[in-house]
Amino acid sequence: MDGVLVIRRDLVEAMVAHARRDHPDEACGVIAGPEGSDRPERFIPMVNAARSPTFFEFESGDLLRLYREMAGNDEVPVVIYHSHTATEAYPSRTDVSLASEPEAHYVLVSTRDPMEHELRSYRIVEGGVTEEPVEVVESYMFAHTGADDVPDCR
Amino acid sequence: MAVSVSIPTILRTHTDGAKTVEASGGTLAQLIDDLDGRYLGIKARLVTDGSLHRFVNVYVNDEDVRFSGGLQAAVADGDTVTILPAVAGG
Repeated sequence: MDGVLVIRRDLVEAMVAHARRDHPDEACGVIAGPEGSDRPERFIPMVNAARSPTFFEFESGDLLRLYREMAGNDEVPVVIYHSHTATEAYPSRTDVSLASEPEAHYVLVSTRDPMEHELRSYRIVEGGVTEEPVEVVESYMFAHTGADDVPDCR
Repeated sequence: MAVSVSIPTILRTHTDGAKTVEASGGTLAQLIDDLDGRYLGIKARLVTDGSLHRFVNVYVNDEDVRFSGGLQAAVADGDTVTILPAVAGG
């Protein structure tokens, strides 16, 4: 909630790998984390039920299972990611109109360049898009997020 | 007759932050009318022109009502209704 996404490198790599794997269709998924922590931890790639290069949607049964599982673990969707396969990593009008998690970091991965991906993060609240920096860390332990196993020194 | 209704984050502004509320009705349409009586404005977030929004998923227990009658889907005492906005985009 501080206007920055702090995220582990392995999770970034997992999102990019998923986007590359599903290219030219859009890939999508969630990284869940403890409620109130703003810390992405559990990588959950989802099936794009639309199987489309221009649209994505979580399948309805998968969506219910995902939210039940997160509720059971006291988790929230800290990151909601999807790929753009022919355009830049910026939310489309459809992305903005359908965004419904005001507390999530919306991560966009563009795979239009076969060699170099683009990964950017946004808040999308009531139709407003705010880009935020992405700080990639090796571990949350020293990233001031209150993290992996041992917290930061006070 | 009480049905437990799970409210998604984005609609909790209507329910004073409550994640779960109770409502009654024999069909989903009646249940939503009952909800709207207590949490004004919630119906407009779910229903347009007499149908559920395309990008709002509603489940009675484990079943997506899109496959069981939409707003006419039956609900009964003890059921759990879950409202989840689609996670979708372009």
